[in-house]
Amino acid sequence: MALVLSEDQQLLKDSAKNFCEQNAPVSVLRGLRDSKDEQGYDQTIWSQMIDLGWAGMAIPEAYGGFDFGYGGLGVVLEETGKTLVSSPLISTVLAGATAIVQLGSETQKQDLLPKIVAGELLTAIALDEHVIHNPSKIATTATRIEDGYSLNGSKTFVLDGHIANMLIVVARTSGETDSEQGISLFLVDANAKGLNVARTIMVDSRNCSNIQFNNVAVAEDALLGELDQGFNGLDTVLDIARIGIAAEMLGSMQTVFESILEFLKQREQFGVLIGSFQGLQHRAAEMYSEIELCKSSVRAALAGLDDPNTTRAEIAELASMTKAKLSEVFFLVSNEGIQMHGGIGMTDEFDVGFFIKRARVAQQFLGDASFHRDRYATLNGF
Amino acid sequence: MQSQQEFRIETRTWLEQNCPESMRTSMVQEEVIWGGRNAEFANPDSAIWLQRMAQKGWTCPTWPSEYGGGGLDKDQAIVLAEELARINARPALTSFGISMLGPVLLEYGNHQQKQEHIPKIVRGEIRWCQGYSEPGSGSDLASLSTKAELQGDNYLINGSKVWTSYADKADWIFCLVRTDFDVPKHSGISFILFDMASEGVSTKPIQLISGSSPFCETFFDDVKAPASNLVGRLNEGWAIAKRLLQHERTMISGFGLSAGQSDDGGTTSSISSLEGTAMHYRGDSKKLSDPVLRDQIARFKIDADAFAHTSRRSLEESKQGQGPNATSSMLKNYGCELNKRRYELMLQAIGTQGLGWEGEGFNDEELQLTREWLRSKANSIEGGTSEVQLNIIAKRVLGLPDILSLAQK
Repeated sequence: MALVLSEDQQLLKDSAKNFCEQNAPVSVLRGLRDSKDEQGYDQTIWSQMIDLGWAGMAIPEAYGGFDFGYGGLGVVLEETGKTLVSSPLISTVLAGATAIVQLGSETQKQDLLPKIVAGELLTAIALDEHVIHNPSKIATTATRIEDGYSLNGSKTFVLDGHIANMLIVVARTSGETDSEQGISLFLVDANAKGLNVARTIMVDSRNCSNIQFNNVAVAEDALLGELDQGFNGLDTVLDIARIGIAAEMLGSMQTVFESILEFLKQREQFGVLIGSFQGLQHRAAEMYSEIELCKSSVRAALAGLDDPNTTRAEIAELASMTKAKLSEVFFLVSNEGIQMHGGIGMTDEFDVGFFIKRARVAQQFLGDASFHRDRYATLNGF
Repeated sequence: MQSQQEFRIETRTWLEQNCPESMRTSMVQEEVIWGGRNAEFANPDSAIWLQRMAQKGWTCPTWPSEYGGGGLDKDQAIVLAEELARINARPALTSFGISMLGPVLLEYGNHQQKQEHIPKIVRGEIRWCQGYSEPGSGSDLASLSTKAELQGDNYLINGSKVWTSYADKADWIFCLVRTDFDVPKHSGISFILFDMASEGVSTKPIQLISGSSPFCETFFDDVKAPASNLVGRLNEGWAIAKRLLQHERTMISGFGLSAGQSDDGGTTSSISSLEGTAMHYRGDSKKLSDPVLRDQIARFKIDADAFAHTSRRSLEESKQGQGPNATSSMLKNYGCELNKRRYELMLQAIGTQGLGWEGEGFNDEELQLTREWLRSKANSIEGGTSEVQLNIIAKRVLGLPDILSLAQK
């Protein structure tokens, strides 16, 4: 398990960096926000990302992908995080495609994955039901009807729910509301009858949805994975997505930190550069150290995902370690991003505000630091 | 050329045949092997283990075989370390010669100096101590004033050092001395080696808050050191001094990785699993009953994991033979703070059983823990304080303007 990038990964990273800087800088997100764009992402940029093969990065060749592993997708996410690219990369590629690869039947994989690679299918995972992430606490039900299932309940914080063609819905087919037993996943067409999708505009200018299911009927073959036994597979899908989101957070915090350093080296007060003040130097040095730890955690977690010998339990531990750590440090760096820039950090004109807004959403997405420390402790038997 | 896999198999076989059984257990403080003229081997197997490892040069795996080292490349050294860890082998030899002096002597010393000193470090024949800090020169190390004057073929050394680890047990010292008082402070320092048995050298142990005395005050009164013992050029010792500190910091950063740190700098078994110990002492099963402690331990372990990955990445990123750089300050600082956190949590974990000083009512491990907790407070002072490390990161890694530049002129 190497913690340094391979030559191929480095090339990919450089090319992704170049693309994001040239084609998808933070000003694109700002534009989407200001114009109240209905989709919440730039279709042209997304098409270019598809052309670059990013959607197929971690999908096996057998299903039209490029088999470049999560190490590959991870470096792309790190770069998109640097400029806060808003695109279906998280919802469809990181989460959706992973769910289908991990849980799908051969038919489902053959059918759906090539469409994701080609940019023809957008997905969203409808999981959370509460203000706090808790993937086993599922009240949305899927009850048996003739020829399939009927879904009832409501979901919240569904990333890209309003643009998805297909929802991956986590529902209860048996058991108590907070039991890991009895959870099943379903593929639901976004146009299905009884589905009500309400877009929510989030503080980070990305888009989520609240979704209601009123007797939404799906066929037998809509089941993704095993009936009643969906939780373990789901948890692995979520773990992979948690590691991917951590890679994105790593990119974002690096941008903030670079901006801080640049400011410390050019802003003068009291007749000297403020970067010469020890009070600021030590905070910068501590942030640097924390970011280095984040980088190592993300690399280790991505390498773990691509190593066929890694067990599910090891992936879970890597994911919780990484998501907890990155959430804490992105919190720190985004706060310092405002404080160390002083007044200008508070202005909307300056980009750092976009990063603190993104930080809070990313921190909570798929479990915040305290969720993951609790899970890490449980996984380690204490 | 031998493949890595072949090297691994060969190494594994050799270790299976040559590492004594009692050396495959966690190190205990009394059995750390420091070597030297008066080397102590509480466990006779330690002597056998040292002799065998030294013969292969594996006490210093990457040092050139010309001087008795193992001659391994970086990847082979990683394999050796992994294979040693696999059987839980104890370090055959722990010394400041290995962790500090050797690497800079190989880089800056002349052939004769290397020939004289390196093989003895590899074999653990000479125990070294470090003459750096002085009573008036702590964080501002370069202000040191121990004086060396050339008289004939010798330097005459006068002054005193402080915080000299194990000066009372060491055979030789690597020492920073001032050889020019009329130039900016960094430009008048030289790096010299001499025998602690020389006339005029005296030492006095310093008792710490932990009750032990790993450090000494060291006094030099007209000590004669041969001029040929000067390493590098006259008045250019500061570069060597800083380089050595990078090695020292990398060594100390390892405390953040280890199970615990004893007075000897080696690792001991008094701290095993933080969470396991906490649950045992508190009578919890399955889950720690104190949710705050549980969260703090989880956070600590996550940081320790992330730090271990960082140490490893740093090793992978460093080029063959290049050794540590300014990021050693980051590792040193973080590793030390982690180690201190570990001890604080351990103390909290076992409650009042961690507060004994001596005598009845406490077992040996508990008493040792209390002492080690106190000793760990020095981690962020020795080898350059955490504050100095943060200064170095700010200046050397982040390129921030140097607040001290005016003061140093």
